[in-house]
Amino acid sequence: MATLQSLDIRNRSASTATPPGVRQDLEVAKLIDVSKCIGCKACQSACMAWNDLRPDVGINAGTYDNPDNLGPAAWTVMRFAEHEENNRLEWLIRKDGCMHCSDPGCLKACPAPGAIVQYANGIVDFVQENCIGCGYCVKGCPFNVPRISKTDNRAYKCTLCSDRVAVGQSPACAKSCPTGAIVFGSKESMADHAQGRIKDLKSRGYQNAGLYDPQGVGGTHVMYVLHHADRPGLYSGLPNDPSISPAVALWKGALKPLSMIGMGMALLAGLFHFVTRGPNEVTEEDEENARKLKGRDAA
Amino acid sequence: MTSFEKVAVVRDTYTRYNASERANHWLVVVCAILLMLSGLAFFHPAFFWLTALFGGGQAARAIHPWIGVVLAGSFTVMGVRFFRQNVWTRDDGEWLGHIGDVINHREDKVPEAGRFNAAQKLVFYVMFWSVITLFLSGLVLWQHYFGDAFPIGLQRFAGLLHAGMAAAMIITMIVHIYAAIWNVGSVRAMTRGPVTGGWLWKHHRKYLREEVAGRK
Repeated sequence: MATLQSLDIRNRSASTATPPGVRQDLEVAKLIDVSKCIGCKACQSACMAWNDLRPDVGINAGTYDNPDNLGPAAWTVMRFAEHEENNRLEWLIRKDGCMHCSDPGCLKACPAPGAIVQYANGIVDFVQENCIGCGYCVKGCPFNVPRISKTDNRAYKCTLCSDRVAVGQSPACAKSCPTGAIVFGSKESMADHAQGRIKDLKSRGYQNAGLYDPQGVGGTHVMYVLHHADRPGLYSGLPNDPSISPAVALWKGALKPLSMIGMGMALLAGLFHFVTRGPNEVTEEDEENARKLKGRDAA
Repeated sequence: MTSFEKVAVVRDTYTRYNASERANHWLVVVCAILLMLSGLAFFHPAFFWLTALFGGGQAARAIHPWIGVVLAGSFTVMGVRFFRQNVWTRDDGEWLGHIGDVINHREDKVPEAGRFNAAQKLVFYVMFWSVITLFLSGLVLWQHYFGDAFPIGLQRFAGLLHAGMAAAMIITMIVHIYAAIWNVGSVRAMTRGPVTGGWLWKHHRKYLREEVAGRK
């Protein structure tokens, strides 16, 4: 959808040119209120229906998670976690999928120009026809989201229904949620909406309720309302303070210009050594010395 | 026949590299060049167009690791072959101390070198260690076969290590190729085999003395 004007591109993988930036675009966000989720998986079904995805039938891994993990054809999965607190069982059900980071590690790691784009509205999208299947996005992602298809060697993940958003529709998952646990709008209005929900949760005894919008990745365009925002790990391993790994940051940051400078310097050193000192040639004297050495030894 | 070759015929010649060593070396060269071209494409966006040489991004991504396997195999044979002549000795430290004299053509001040001088040994060590680390980190990065086989922290470290070692190897290759061009007669030694006695006297005098003593 990269050429639709309503989806101006803010960032493009493996590209150094300055992207268009004159028009002001509204940042969008999806807010997932975990406290309202009943685990019905309507969002999963809607995602499959809208995006024409049919993952292979898998096996029951002993949990309610079905399929048991994200995949090239499973862009969102409900993750069910059982948690006991104050002698009560809490069923923490988190809709897992791409978080659409403001500072996307996948895009930073991607070596293929235009295979990953970030629209001005904040959505991070994979453009499969440009993908080379290297899997670097997997290494860049702090949330373990991208999946590489074994059949076509291309990366897939949630698009935040960029095609629907481009024409003013909400994502399929938000559209289908029967409890209103998934809502979609401008990032600002979603943060406001979350504050109301957090106030309500606190009034019901969840003192640590809060918004999950991790600043380590510059904030995200998929946010959670959590009853236990002080312990995101309770929600099937949601990272506490996600950020792009220092190894990836170095690999995709300082190492690139340093290596280029190193290679360039080596080439220039060779060139200028040659033009100032010239080739190192064997002289007639060297040949004579070698013959003498042989003659002396033979004698 | 070039004038140099005419001269070579009448002079004593010594086989610097035999046919098997030369073939081995050039197989490594072909692999290394192909790996460098495809690898640079994945390393820096400025070089992504190099994937066109391999039939596009997907094809370059698919073929790069297989070329790496061939290089690892052929380099192992070469490494075993040249290992003993590349063991570091006390004389090598002294030779390296005179590197300024070497690059400024003051060879009369440089200690005599064996079959390989200290700088050549350093090239050998960089290649040796970079091929090992590139091969192992390359396996971790081989998405199609081993994409899910290693923990994510190791995958990230492998990416950093693979790129860093590749850069070190490319810089070493540039130095190696330049040294061969600069020291006239080296390219012929690796493409055809022979060098003259004078060439050995100039560059590897200790080795020449051993050869002459051995020929008696």
